[in-house]
Amino acid sequence: MDSKKINFKDPAEIKEEILQKYPRKVAMKRAKSMVANDTEQAKEIQSNVRTIPGIITQRGCTYAGCKGVVLGPTRDVINLTHGPIGCGYYSWLTRRNQTNTPSQDPNDKIDGENYIPYCFSTDMQDENIVFGGEKKLMEAIREAYEIFKPKAISVFSTCPIGLIGDDVHQVARAASEELGINVFGFSCEGYRGVSQSAGHHIANNGLLTHVVGRNDNGPEGKFKVNLLGEYNIGGDAFVLEQMFEELGITLISTFSGNSTITAFEQAHTADLNMVMCHRSINYIAEMMETKYGIPWIKINFIGADATAKSLRKMAVYFDDSELSAKVEAYIGKNMEIAEKVRSEVVKTTKGKLAMMFVGGSRAHHYQDLFEELEMPTIAAGYEFAHRDDYEGRQVLPGIKVDADSRNIEEISVSADPERYKPRKTEEQMAMLESKGFKFSDYEGMMAQMSNNALVIDDITHWETEKLVEYFQPAIFCAGIKEKYAVQKMGVPLKQLHSYDYGGPYAGFEGVINFYKEIERMVGTKIWQLIKAPWQGEPEIVGTVGMEI
Amino acid sequence: MEALKEKAFVSTRNACKLCTPLGASIAYKGIAGCVPLIHGSQGCATYIRRYLISHYKEPVDIASTNFSEESAIFGGQSNLFAALNNITKQYKPEIIGIATTCLSETIGDDMQAIIQHYQAQNTLPDSPQLTYVSTPSFKGTHANGYHDTVLALVKRFAAFTETNNAINLLPGFLSTADLRHLKEIMRDCGLPSIMLPDYSDTLDNEYNGSYEKVPEGGTSIEELVAAGSSRASIELGHILNHATSKESAGTYLEKNFSIPRFNLPIPIGIKASDEFFTILQRLSGAAMPQKYLKQRGRLVDAYVDGHKYVFGKKAIVYGEEDFVLSMVGFLEEIGLETVLCASGGGSGLLKKMISEKVNPRQDIMVRDDFDFEDIAVACRDLKPDLMIGNSKGYYIARELGIPLIRVGFPIHDRLGGQRIRHVGYEGTHELFEKIANALIEHMQEHSPVGYKYM
Repeated sequence: MDSKKINFKDPAEIKEEILQKYPRKVAMKRAKSMVANDTEQAKEIQSNVRTIPGIITQRGCTYAGCKGVVLGPTRDVINLTHGPIGCGYYSWLTRRNQTNTPSQDPNDKIDGENYIPYCFSTDMQDENIVFGGEKKLMEAIREAYEIFKPKAISVFSTCPIGLIGDDVHQVARAASEELGINVFGFSCEGYRGVSQSAGHHIANNGLLTHVVGRNDNGPEGKFKVNLLGEYNIGGDAFVLEQMFEELGITLISTFSGNSTITAFEQAHTADLNMVMCHRSINYIAEMMETKYGIPWIKINFIGADATAKSLRKMAVYFDDSELSAKVEAYIGKNMEIAEKVRSEVVKTTKGKLAMMFVGGSRAHHYQDLFEELEMPTIAAGYEFAHRDDYEGRQVLPGIKVDADSRNIEEISVSADPERYKPRKTEEQMAMLESKGFKFSDYEGMMAQMSNNALVIDDITHWETEKLVEYFQPAIFCAGIKEKYAVQKMGVPLKQLHSYDYGGPYAGFEGVINFYKEIERMVGTKIWQLIKAPWQGEPEIVGTVGMEI
Repeated sequence: MEALKEKAFVSTRNACKLCTPLGASIAYKGIAGCVPLIHGSQGCATYIRRYLISHYKEPVDIASTNFSEESAIFGGQSNLFAALNNITKQYKPEIIGIATTCLSETIGDDMQAIIQHYQAQNTLPDSPQLTYVSTPSFKGTHANGYHDTVLALVKRFAAFTETNNAINLLPGFLSTADLRHLKEIMRDCGLPSIMLPDYSDTLDNEYNGSYEKVPEGGTSIEELVAAGSSRASIELGHILNHATSKESAGTYLEKNFSIPRFNLPIPIGIKASDEFFTILQRLSGAAMPQKYLKQRGRLVDAYVDGHKYVFGKKAIVYGEEDFVLSMVGFLEEIGLETVLCASGGGSGLLKKMISEKVNPRQDIMVRDDFDFEDIAVACRDLKPDLMIGNSKGYYIARELGIPLIRVGFPIHDRLGGQRIRHVGYEGTHELFEKIANALIEHMQEHSPVGYKYM
């Protein structure tokens, strides 16, 4: 089961072949983003740099990261896209974030609001581009308020907004005063950053500035946590919520999946931040620690071992024997069930190669699942990650700040005079750390990967094609944009953004779903039907009669 | 009903339209050896790709000029140059089709000058052809982007040499199965045709175990050039790109190359199909193949058998303007009562065209520049029995507990959405039975007895 023992062949040959096709300057740039993993000596990978024009990328834009990813899955805020119609339309219910639907039951925790299915846009026309769109925006905010009377409205700027100089923040402030609700804007124009990553950062800043800390009356509980960077794709958060409930953990908020603005406002009342996707959400974890004194740890609930490990880490933090016992019982019971399924499916999956190019954490998290399936990951990479997501958080101080990163506002945060409260004493923190407990840290993807596995950042369409051709993996994990191209080459593709209508894959329930699905995908006979038996020149046979 | 006059909202809530560069990308995908290039932020290409891929379920490579803050300030020329070089090297395309975006249009990049500048520097014989279309998304919808691109292509390439025997077929925004069917009909009628654009293969490829970066199929550049020498053009759709331009590819060819233009509705329904086949017969001068007489006869037979299950039922139809115009004509034939015909398009012509071209038995509420929330509100009074349109209306159908007949674009919650056939006698036949069966199924499922015999 330990795929780390694998020592793949040096991928220099395929790297060379890929780079050959590029113009010289492009090849030089791309070479730095393609690294053969070295388990002995940590290597540097170029990432979070601009995609080269004309090279087809997986990446989206700043708006997509801000509106689509971080703010999109929250049901009780109206997300209003300020710009022409396309961007709002394309981010309308396309990420498969699930949410609980309203309930009429007054005793139910669910508060009956769900605006996720609505796609509001100012639908800017040419006269708005010429004369400015602030008036239209104000009107649109009023309309959204009149229709739904929501507790919050957020405004997202698309490309032309920054250029024509509409001040969305000023309009939001004015609307906030007029309507008496929380209205806030984001300058998340698509061109601002290198990828959607810029949008995540902008969203984190906005959430901390405008939302977190506004409501001190969070739910009571002995163990209060926030889950950060979990987006409830395919119902992942539902599984985790159930798990926490079973363990007696109070989940104050999830950023952002099955989430509410009210819960975000209470996030500062939690005692621990657990970070799943560090790329999209580490900023707010860091800022909440400074402002409110909540420590954060990296966890991963994708994979049986990872889930067990993360639960134990959480239990160690809370240092409560009753909780630890509960966690152990929970793990014991569920591991047994998962193992039963694993030992069956592994007969089909064992030794087959996997590749995954997705996200800012997923391409790492899912390697845990593939390890359990005994499928080595021959190549992997992220779409919008930074170096620390590959190499570990310790490289942060050494990352060069370029013009693109400077575009994104770094907000300065200090301890809140009333609400700052250290959750552990310095001695307690030191004690935990001395026992190997890691706060505010993650290892990155490369530490987990095999020797000579190929790590590629912002993989291009061309590179994808060559890799599949060369390695012939049993499965390729990416998104819908890559799906049909990879499948044309006879390799099944698992969508790790939207799960191909499947899921959940988180927690133990998710593990079992994933095991079974991958078994079916790598075992399918569909690829044997490609050629018709009568294709090509007919065979001339001597007799017309049928032989049986 | 009085309350439902014109659109009263400033914002668009659940839009019934997509943006112009998406339409441009589809049209470019119908040109042989073409790689579309969107001049703007990379998000535009990514969003449009993910949207087209979810409908067509095929690889859709669209390149981007990946604007940065710097290009947003100083213009996108250097990014465009880099993109053109890189696409050429990777794809070896015949042609690169450039579409602008709201970003590049807002900063005012002079595309013609930039492209000329590039071409002056790149004179290699294997350099791809370049063409561009202006598609700011704050002007018009995806339908306009589509037609504007077809027009731009004709303007860029069509030339007169000597009149040939071909017919230009300008089908408008139809499904891949529709395009295939139209080509089959032209072939059967012995009419050599130039269909522009033709994405019937490029966006609906057969599986053969290999991946072609630039899939085969599409209108060739030679055909685009020859379109200026054809003996006639058939242009389907009456509204076309009139929201953004008075001109269409057909009118341009007529004006500049004196190619007679036959402007017909999209052939959905018997009447519209008859019109189409009548023109084909005139152009071919030969009797219509027996096959189509049989197809027509079977369709009439289906109407006879099935009309009682559909007549008097109330339908809501939505989508692109030309598409809904033809759809209403078809529904009139089978006795389905269209209670609302809506489009996100804003040519201002829809109402007039419906009364002129369809002349419905009773007044139909026709709304352009409409969104799905407008439709949802209208439904409260209209109480329709079914909805006919793309996947985006599903939530309304679900709320009302009525069937949604998925037609048009986008259909991303079903398999095969890209190859639903709507046109000709056969397309109509399939559509008719789909509608009748949906109503029958609805009745059956809501019947307390569960009859299984009709």
